[in-house]
Amino acid sequence: MGKKILLEHDHVPGIQGYEVYRNCGGYASVEKAIKTMSAEAMVEEVKKSGLRGRGGAGFPTGMKWSFLAKPEGVPRYLVCNADESEPGTFKDRYLMSRIPHILVEGMITSSFALGVNTAFIYIRGEYFYIVRILENAIKEAYANGWLGKNILGSGYDLDLYVQVGAGAYICGEETALLESLEGKRGNPRIKPPFPAIAGLYGCPTVVNNVETIASVPYIINNGGDDYAKIGIGRSAGTKLISASGHINKPGVYEIEMGITVEDFIYSEEYCGGIKNGKKLKAVVAGGSSVPVLPADKIINLPSGEKRLMTYESLSEGGFAGGTMLGSGGFIVMDETTSIVENLFTFARFYHHESCGQCSPCREGTSWMEKILHKIMDGHGTLADIDLLWEIQSKIEGNTICPLGDAAAWPVASAIRHFRHEFEAYVTNPNAVNKVRHYENMNA
Amino acid sequence: MEVKFNEEALAVAHKIIARYPEGKQKSALIPLLHLAQAEFNGWLSPETMAYVGSLLKIQAVEVYEVASFYSMFNLKPVGKCLIEVCRTSSCWLRGANEIIEHIEKKLGIKDGETTQDGMFSLKTVECLGSCGTAPMMMIGAQFHENLTYEKVDTILDSCKSEDKRKTYFDEVTVKDY
Ligand SMILES: Cc1cc2nc3c(=O)[nH]c(=O)nc-3n(C[C@H](O)[C@H](O)[C@H](O)COP(=O)(O)O)c2cc1C
Ligand code: SF4
Ligand code: FES
Repeated sequence: MGKKILLEHDHVPGIQGYEVYRNCGGYASVEKAIKTMSAEAMVEEVKKSGLRGRGGAGFPTGMKWSFLAKPEGVPRYLVCNADESEPGTFKDRYLMSRIPHILVEGMITSSFALGVNTAFIYIRGEYFYIVRILENAIKEAYANGWLGKNILGSGYDLDLYVQVGAGAYICGEETALLESLEGKRGNPRIKPPFPAIAGLYGCPTVVNNVETIASVPYIINNGGDDYAKIGIGRSAGTKLISASGHINKPGVYEIEMGITVEDFIYSEEYCGGIKNGKKLKAVVAGGSSVPVLPADKIINLPSGEKRLMTYESLSEGGFAGGTMLGSGGFIVMDETTSIVENLFTFARFYHHESCGQCSPCREGTSWMEKILHKIMDGHGTLADIDLLWEIQSKIEGNTICPLGDAAAWPVASAIRHFRHEFEAYVTNPNAVNKVRHYENMNA
Repeated sequence: MEVKFNEEALAVAHKIIARYPEGKQKSALIPLLHLAQAEFNGWLSPETMAYVGSLLKIQAVEVYEVASFYSMFNLKPVGKCLIEVCRTSSCWLRGANEIIEHIEKKLGIKDGETTQDGMFSLKTVECLGSCGTAPMMMIGAQFHENLTYEKVDTILDSCKSEDKRKTYFDEVTVKDY
């Protein structure tokens, strides 16, 4: 059993409520921080911990915090990104609904480290019931003196609010999120300036993912060095993985980074193997945006060694031969899966979610969906496959925000690794086996 | 019908508005639109949008610009039970297409339509964060997961007498801290 930091108390009855959470050592990090630490020392601990952002990009959290501008007399903000809309990702939902106080505690501790007096949790609108859970937890934190004016008699004030979104994947992108929080359309901003300089209401702002913030209490309680010992090298700590698709045990697992992908898929502790005794065909390891890899390439590295669940190992082989840890949305596909049709669901998703500001993204995502639809319907040609390749290559790197890249990579990787399947659809559409997933899954 | 929040909803609206720094009240727009949609039959009419704009002292067109960006805001009337079925990868891998077909057959409507009696609307949506419990659908504010045909039948049959359009307001009461 690997070490658990975030889900250590997941199975304690009543952990959703304040009393039980507190009895399990909750809010100790707030006490330690406010009573014994300076803000600078806290940022130092987070730097030492090696914690990297869990929202997808993996940017070192301590470094991000140290970039926060601190002009005199200007408020600073901390915004927690709970927009969680990357297909295949449901870890933040799990954590917030099961142990809401770990996020509230993390928000208070982090806010203190950043000198923030107003913080927001921006949560996707569809997570209605979690809004209620979080509001309850925040209310309990206020009632027990962890939020509000003069926390623990220190003179430090903090207000924490939950802000709901309304259905837009792009609002997970941090600058689009800030626009949305300001009551506008979720159009990403051109960077620079980065939020650390000009974020919410033009003030210095840190945006961090739920899981990132929830990792902070452990680091403050135990020290950055202790955290850095968990995991391997630059992949320090534990990671929540959302596992879905054709596996026996879908769900959210906290892993110590460094276990093998093979172990994650097949061991009883995690996914429990492929459903219905089928063979593994492919995996999307880090949410819909990352390259899909065929079974042999996700299990083994080019060197022949086993691939590990770390930032570095998953990306080994580069774009052609590797993938990314991303948000940890681990989608598993068995041998019956049509890669073309799965890709179509992604292409339709990105077309639906493009904010439309940049033409390569707006037009490209629309065309990719149309062409894939045509291929799926049996009306495609070999030239369409080349066209698809051409379009995705023109989006990457030519847009305001990374959604364009995110839309391109799944297409590029599917064609790269499974070109024969696309060819089968266009050369002999009648022979393509259309799987009925309902019968497949409920057999 | 004149569009106006009742006393209770108005109090909630003012509480939301008070959360933001002076001059930044537009931040309340999305929360207020959720509230308005729940209060006024599950959709945002031009009158509703104008009313929300008046609370924040902004133009109706500014409200429309925002409302039309977000997929949760309905700019046309919907049935009392809005059924939103996820169709993205993880749900597709576990039978979302078949579940959608099943609902279409059962209710006699297609994606985007409402039943004649105004009871059910069907809408396919993108990943709702229930990929590990796929296939799934959302009705009102509630997630229904690990769907089978039988489960869908039971849920839809039990919905028949309820108006789920107010659920946002029921779920997300704004707390006094
Ligand atoms: C299109 C797009 C969608 C994103 N969605 C999310 C999301 O749902 N949740 C999240 O935490 N980060 C998301 N991100 C990443 C954020 O922009 C940002 O990097 C992250 O919130 C920073 O937090 P972290 O450093 O703690 O990971 C998204 C990025 C892009 C480009
Ligand atoms: S890349 Fe796409 S989503 Fe991002 S800003 Fe441009 S159009 Fe919008
Ligand atoms: S893919 Fe359907 S909920 Fe995520």
